[in-house]
Amino acid sequence: MPETSFSEAVDRALALAMTRDPRVVVLGEDVRLQRRGAFVRFGASRVLDAPISESALLGTALGAAMAGLRPVVEIYFVDFIGVALDQLLNHAAKLEAFTGGRWQAPLVVRAACGGGYGDAGQHQQSLWGLLAGVPGLSVVVPSTPADAAGLLLAAIDGPGPVVFLEHKLLSQQWLDYLGGASREGVQFDVPAAGARGEVGEPPVPVPLGVAALRRQGGDLALVSLGVGVHRCLEAAELLEDEGVWAAVLDLRSVAPLDVQAIVELGRRTGRVLVVDEDYTRGGLSGEVAAVLAEHGVRSAYARVTTEETIPYARALEDAVLPNVERIMAAAHALLVNAPGKRG
Amino acid sequence: MTALAHDRETLLAQGAPALLRQMIRVRRFEEKCVELYSATKIRGFLHLCIGEEAVAVGVISSLGPGDAVVSTYREHGHALARGVPMNAVMAEMFGKATGCSRGRGGSMHLFDADLRFYGGNAIVGGGMPPSVGMALADRMNDRDDVTACIFGEGAMAEGEFHESANLAALWHLPVLFVCENNRYAMGTALAREHAETDLTVRAASYGMVAWAVDGMDVLAVREAAERAIALVRGGGGPCFLELRTYRFRAHSMYDPDRYRDKAEIERWRQSDPIPRLTGELLAQGVVSDDEVATWEGEIAQEIEAAIASAEAAPLEPVSDLTRFVTSERQTP
Repeated sequence: MPETSFSEAVDRALALAMTRDPRVVVLGEDVRLQRRGAFVRFGASRVLDAPISESALLGTALGAAMAGLRPVVEIYFVDFIGVALDQLLNHAAKLEAFTGGRWQAPLVVRAACGGGYGDAGQHQQSLWGLLAGVPGLSVVVPSTPADAAGLLLAAIDGPGPVVFLEHKLLSQQWLDYLGGASREGVQFDVPAAGARGEVGEPPVPVPLGVAALRRQGGDLALVSLGVGVHRCLEAAELLEDEGVWAAVLDLRSVAPLDVQAIVELGRRTGRVLVVDEDYTRGGLSGEVAAVLAEHGVRSAYARVTTEETIPYARALEDAVLPNVERIMAAAHALLVNAPGKRG
Repeated sequence: MTALAHDRETLLAQGAPALLRQMIRVRRFEEKCVELYSATKIRGFLHLCIGEEAVAVGVISSLGPGDAVVSTYREHGHALARGVPMNAVMAEMFGKATGCSRGRGGSMHLFDADLRFYGGNAIVGGGMPPSVGMALADRMNDRDDVTACIFGEGAMAEGEFHESANLAALWHLPVLFVCENNRYAMGTALAREHAETDLTVRAASYGMVAWAVDGMDVLAVREAAERAIALVRGGGGPCFLELRTYRFRAHSMYDPDRYRDKAEIERWRQSDPIPRLTGELLAQGVVSDDEVATWEGEIAQEIEAAIASAEAAPLEPVSDLTRFVTSERQTP
């Protein structure tokens, strides 16, 4: 299979979903530009360019889903969900419960997330912990082109609502967008291995709530998602040079969370390091610790997260976002503090 | 529905008795809810539409069977007028499994998917964006249905109104915006919450036809709603009706109602839509005292049966708590 970029994989999956199901529509700001291929192919009636009205957009997607469509609504960056959170938190997420299962909201909210390119605190957040905390919302964060395509297909076909987050540093399309024109001088903290990969033809759906073990290892478990997975893989290579065998678990879904995979890997390695680009408190990294504790897994635990509002200046931004250096430091501390079993 | 709107005389001679009966039915249902609330059979917030029945009955009776309704937390009247069975509404008040939302919604979240009644939104303005989406889906599916989006005047201070009005007008969608203006957003009077108190001006600024109607006169409401719906269904884009009404009771059962003059309430009671139409129909000989008494008896029986049914109904088992939570169910 030829290698495909992350954004090409998303576009292919979307085109496949739109081809086989006429109920699938795309709406969002600038989608005639951002999804030019789909716009040309499926027309303005199925790729609906919308004003910057995130509340109206998310709610419109919800109403359309209730009335028989399968909308994919785009809100550019996940940060912009702030003004529209009501429609997700209070309406889409509650619909199925409030109607006792008689009504579902099969919609996908697609947004770019993540930082590392100098856009400061209102454009670079992750927010998956905030969203995944709401019962009724599913949240997925793919790290590979195959998963991006597969999770999008599953999200579109599922009962919804699903928030589908694409890390900007994995997506060539977003990198082009961010680096275009006057931003040519900007350096991006893109993983060395990039985010190209093989994607099935047609792409294979990936079920929500199933993690993927990207690397075997018995000394330490690196648990992450999105671009963090690539950083963990880089760190695992470096650790291997030191004689430490680190497993890398790609959660892929924040909600539902693959509890079984976390528990098994925690038991097997006895040391868990969560690499979560979202904020520290009340989120995914703490949830992983809670899952381990609830299941009686006596593993050492540490986390590398975003602790503060993401700053603009490169040096400060570097210090705030998880990177390989911070992962290595945390891994070393964990190995020193919990010397227990090795290998 | 016929595209030709009925005039007042035709309505008086033909549809008015049914409208009156429905208003009485809604009024008696809610009066009983007050008793049940005091008897602790109903819990949580309870928002009554007593005084506003002409809006619920006049607008909703004008809709066709395939049309959708998006409503608020003051929606008992809307649900009953739309045909959600009284048994299912009462059972929902009791939190029972036979309730229209399986006891998971309560007074503020009455839903009926078959009737396309997306009731029950307890967030001010929150139902507006989904109503735009329903209209979008209907148009894409080549249905000529209309989505009636009902909200209070308080919701017009929310951003969701402006986003939704703009999008519906921009995309020329079949939405009927129904502003049930009862003059108070919780405890805040119209003039204290809106810089421009003529709400039709603000709606019209989005390029849609908008006008105000006496919301205490069910025939005027019905006539206006028929015209507006015909316009929307005919492809005229969204339309806005402001129905000027008044709630006789407090915002909710918890509200001590200290923000308005008792004399003001009394003044509005003089135009109570039920005695007003009853008097008109009796004077014209369209209905008789006996007929009205018969309705009252039938309605009382319907309410008692709904209560008995709700009392006897089972609760949802606690073991089913996560049954309808999508993100839970997908857990492998």
